[in-house]
Amino acid sequence: MLKQIPLAALHRAAGAKMVDFGGWEMPLQYTGILDEHRAVRTAAGLFDVSHMGEIEIRGPEALQLVQWVTTNDAARLADGQAQYSGLLYEHGGFVDDILVHRVAANHYFLCVNASNQDKDFEHIHSQNRWNCTVENRGADYAQLAIQGPRAAEILQKLTPVELASIRYYRFRDGEVGGRPARIARTGYTGEDGFELYIAPADAAAIWQALLDAGRDAGLRPCGLGARNTLRMEAGMALYGHEIDASITPLEAGLEWIVKWDKGDFCGRARLERQKAAGVRRKLIGFEMRGRGIGRDGYEVRVGGRPAGWVTSGGPAPTLNKNIGMCYLPAELARPGTAIEVVVREQPVEAVTVPIPFYRRPK
Amino acid sequence: MSYPENFRYTKEHEWIQVEGGIGTVGITDHAQKELGDIVYVDLPKPGTAVEAGKPLGSVESVKAVSDIYSPVSGEVVEVNELLATAPEKLNEDPHGAAWLVRIRLSNPAELDGLLSAADYQAYLGT
Repeated sequence: MLKQIPLAALHRAAGAKMVDFGGWEMPLQYTGILDEHRAVRTAAGLFDVSHMGEIEIRGPEALQLVQWVTTNDAARLADGQAQYSGLLYEHGGFVDDILVHRVAANHYFLCVNASNQDKDFEHIHSQNRWNCTVENRGADYAQLAIQGPRAAEILQKLTPVELASIRYYRFRDGEVGGRPARIARTGYTGEDGFELYIAPADAAAIWQALLDAGRDAGLRPCGLGARNTLRMEAGMALYGHEIDASITPLEAGLEWIVKWDKGDFCGRARLERQKAAGVRRKLIGFEMRGRGIGRDGYEVRVGGRPAGWVTSGGPAPTLNKNIGMCYLPAELARPGTAIEVVVREQPVEAVTVPIPFYRRPK
Repeated sequence: MSYPENFRYTKEHEWIQVEGGIGTVGITDHAQKELGDIVYVDLPKPGTAVEAGKPLGSVESVKAVSDIYSPVSGEVVEVNELLATAPEKLNEDPHGAAWLVRIRLSNPAELDGLLSAADYQAYLGT
């Protein structure tokens, strides 16, 4: 039996194609992935991401626990500020990639990947030497994401919170449509936008109010399909693809979330050894040159020899190219390397390029 | 969209229309809807031998790759060049302009094993 997000029936009624995503029944698309993708790049899209997990850490020493389990420096956060971070095992591989929100000095709110939430909770719990309160709150929050250049304008119609005052990676607790909401200026599409943490019982009303408020501005409901093409163009990692327990942040191009000057953290010793020795493989982007699309898991060859694998691949609707990300030996993982992606036993020419593929116009 | 009476259908959602020993093959309206936005079609070259029930090519949507299975055995005699430049036509006209290949049948008796329009629609309903 698939787990149901609060709005599953509403999505089905709206004509969404529903799919099994890590045990949750989720909307894949409404009008079509390309249409939804373009709506987010040019106007706005509304995503139900209620499958995402939430973990709260509280206590006088909450910061110590957060600092120990994550790679980024949570001490740099002010109240109302969020940070992308890594949750690592001792051996340096990812338990998950997460968002850390500082609600107060003694209260941190973590947004974690849907299918990892139980594992993340167990991991954090097992590392809790500070007697913090660690709660798995996934069932207590629904999450909606409104993303795109017109997201702020649409959301502003429904909230008294002055959105212009919330900078990127900041959040504010307030109301949307008269119901309590944590409003974070974060997202997973490469566009400006907001992620709303709300009570499951309020989700349907807020979802509908947003769609109504955004109708004239071109807001569309969007599914996981567009979410994936958007995040891929923006070069954002997806757990289980670019990162997992066997991959370290240094390999994944995520050294920027490892703050070496913050003190000790779980996995640090292994990362230090890896940095000293040099990483052997690295994540790099690619563009297909020949006809064909490189998909997740396809083999990558260099000079005819197996060299790596595709972690995510597909069409980039905004760029009108077929793109992807892959792991290659470090010495080959620089832009401009001629590679071949093996598409149904046929090597197809491609070339490595920097990540991200798409950056929103300033 | 209706399912033409003069087509035969496979459970893998291909159709075939046979005239004078040549079968025109495509994917069904149901298939294009399931696939979503189609962005690439990979087809065999004319002259390629194909076998009933074996992949003859593939269709890629934004989300996924799907094999196309040949409804019959024979030789590919023509490929729809339109799809090389306009794969999205498969979403718009799957039973018409966006046919995939034409095959010279080597064993017309295989047609008896395919579904009628009514059988196919009943199959979709289950």
